[in-house]
Amino acid sequence: MEKLMLKGNEAIAEAAITAGCLHFFGYPITPQTEVAAYMARKLPKIGGVYLQAESEVAAINMVIGAAAAGVRVMTSSSSPGISLKSEGLSYLSGCDLPAVIVNIQRGGPGLGGIQPSQSDYFQATRGSGHGDYHLIVLAPGTVQEIVDLTRRAFDLADKYRVGVMLLGDGVLGQMMEPAVIGEYTPAVPAKPWALTGASGRPKNIVNSLYLDPEELERTNFERFRKYEQIRRDEVLFEEYQTEDADLVLVGYGAPGRICRNAVAAARAEGLRAGLFRPVTLYPFPSEALKKLAERAKRFISVEMSMGQMVDDVRLAIECRRPVDTCLRTGGVIHTPAEILEKIRACAKEEGLI
Amino acid sequence: MKPILNRPAGLTEAAFHYCPGCTHGIIHRITAEVMEELEILDRAVGVAPVGCAVLAYNYFNCDMLQAAHGRAPAVATGIKRARGEAVVFTYQGDGDLAAIGTAETVHAAARGENITVIFVNNAIYGMTGGQMAPTSLPGQVTQTTPYGRDTAAAGYPIRVCEMLATLEGTAYAARVSVDTPKNAAAAKAAVKRAFQNQLDGAGFSIVEILSTCPTNWGLSPVDALAWLRDNLLPYYPLGVYRDCKKEAAV
Ligand SMILES: Cc1ncc(C[n+]2csc(CCOP(=O)(O)OP(=O)(O)O)c2C)c(N)n1
Ligand code: SF4
Repeated sequence: MEKLMLKGNEAIAEAAITAGCLHFFGYPITPQTEVAAYMARKLPKIGGVYLQAESEVAAINMVIGAAAAGVRVMTSSSSPGISLKSEGLSYLSGCDLPAVIVNIQRGGPGLGGIQPSQSDYFQATRGSGHGDYHLIVLAPGTVQEIVDLTRRAFDLADKYRVGVMLLGDGVLGQMMEPAVIGEYTPAVPAKPWALTGASGRPKNIVNSLYLDPEELERTNFERFRKYEQIRRDEVLFEEYQTEDADLVLVGYGAPGRICRNAVAAARAEGLRAGLFRPVTLYPFPSEALKKLAERAKRFISVEMSMGQMVDDVRLAIECRRPVDTCLRTGGVIHTPAEILEKIRACAKEEGLI
Repeated sequence: MKPILNRPAGLTEAAFHYCPGCTHGIIHRITAEVMEELEILDRAVGVAPVGCAVLAYNYFNCDMLQAAHGRAPAVATGIKRARGEAVVFTYQGDGDLAAIGTAETVHAAARGENITVIFVNNAIYGMTGGQMAPTSLPGQVTQTTPYGRDTAAAGYPIRVCEMLATLEGTAYAARVSVDTPKNAAAAKAAVKRAFQNQLDGAGFSIVEILSTCPTNWGLSPVDALAWLRDNLLPYYPLGVYRDCKKEAAV
């Protein structure tokens, strides 16, 4: 199949269109710019809708409207914009609506910077708005994976009637790599709940208000049964040289790539290092990581943040092994050398060298 | 016994929860009658606000969505852009539309979004217990302006129709009242116009309806109507503030 040179952000947009997403609502922000620009160029030519909203607050509510009307819909933003969308994400989840939300993260807090970051991990995996809910969070590591996971995001959103966040960083968004778009048949279920006009059927209501506490509790329990199924069936991760690893790096997105080089370099020095790369951040691949803890001596969470995923690593292995961190933040990207240095230091502490 | 008034097909059997004498009920009825008369109930999609009308999704007999506070015009935009054949309307109070949702309102109008907005102006926050609204009058006593709205500290009320009438995207902006049968009939005509505009693809149409809140105004239903006439009408003159069809005809 034909390989194309694609920029990460453009790959998101093209993959979304091939997944049948013809509706896009957004508000400009760096470093996701190319996603919206691509949509603005393409969608009007193929009968779709690109609309630049007055704010991220409005954009996510337009997404809610379009999702409620039964179409595949996406919005894309970066960290400060996702904060503004958080109210809408709570309503989207409370209404059980399917949609895809892209966050190409930049450094924070506040206006922060525009360079790559992973400091929205908590925001993404814990459900950034109010109330009991989660989004499925997918973290691609290559442009090909961006294509595949973007399409999967739409299918998962429709399958479970949830919001799915594609969580990237400025590196992935700007990176150019060959990828295959290829043929793809979206899995779109019937949507009898959608607001299409009550013609020949009783009226539909899309709502997140339940004044009766028992009823609200019931809907929350039901929603969490759905999350349970997602945790059972939709976990994705990749392992690299973990079978015999004493030291396991845990990294996703751009650091996940850099970790690979560090593992190879460590192996060349005779250190048994490996990489565990979560691809779904919610659900976090806890079981697989826990299994590694039976053998591995130490874990190192490699993140472009002050250490957020590390909490999930500790929870997954139930604190049975020491967990170190190797952190850069503010838009600074790890070098393979500094990760290697961390591996060496941990190896020393474990008495491996 | 012979029923004098039948329930319009646009309303469900659910009993309104509104306080005695509250004119939200009349405005619901007018909206429902218009949808029935225009025969659009099977393609109407309504967006309920956060405010006393939050349960409107139970009352209107058509597809309904309950939006976040102030976001109804953005949600309606999403529905309309996804499903152009649907007749999409929002039903919003003054806090919802002119405070927390000002941006969504102004920009839906500026875009000429082809939706219909029913805007209930009762000059107070009803649902939360009578706080100052963006439309509360200078000097008006509310829970959060206990000494009367002091414009030096709390600013001035917003005249929504006048403001939106300055925007090219606004097809129709009219202020009406339901305090008398005659005014209610005019209100219904305006609501009908606002829906008809959407069917004709004219663009953003808003009807601002002056409404009572006897409970939080601290007045009996009859006194509330008198207060509306004596205080709201002078500050918020009734009339059509923009009408693109009329302008086109001139
Ligand atoms: C984000 C958010 N802020 C505040 C509230 C609380 N709240 C509920 S209704 C309301 C005011 C409604 O007043 P208005 O829009 O004038 O409608 P009315 O109740 O008078 O019909 C407020 C502030 C909320 N639900 N959500
Ligand atoms: S509080 Fe006021 S606006 Fe709300 S239902 Fe009662 S009278 Fe009507």
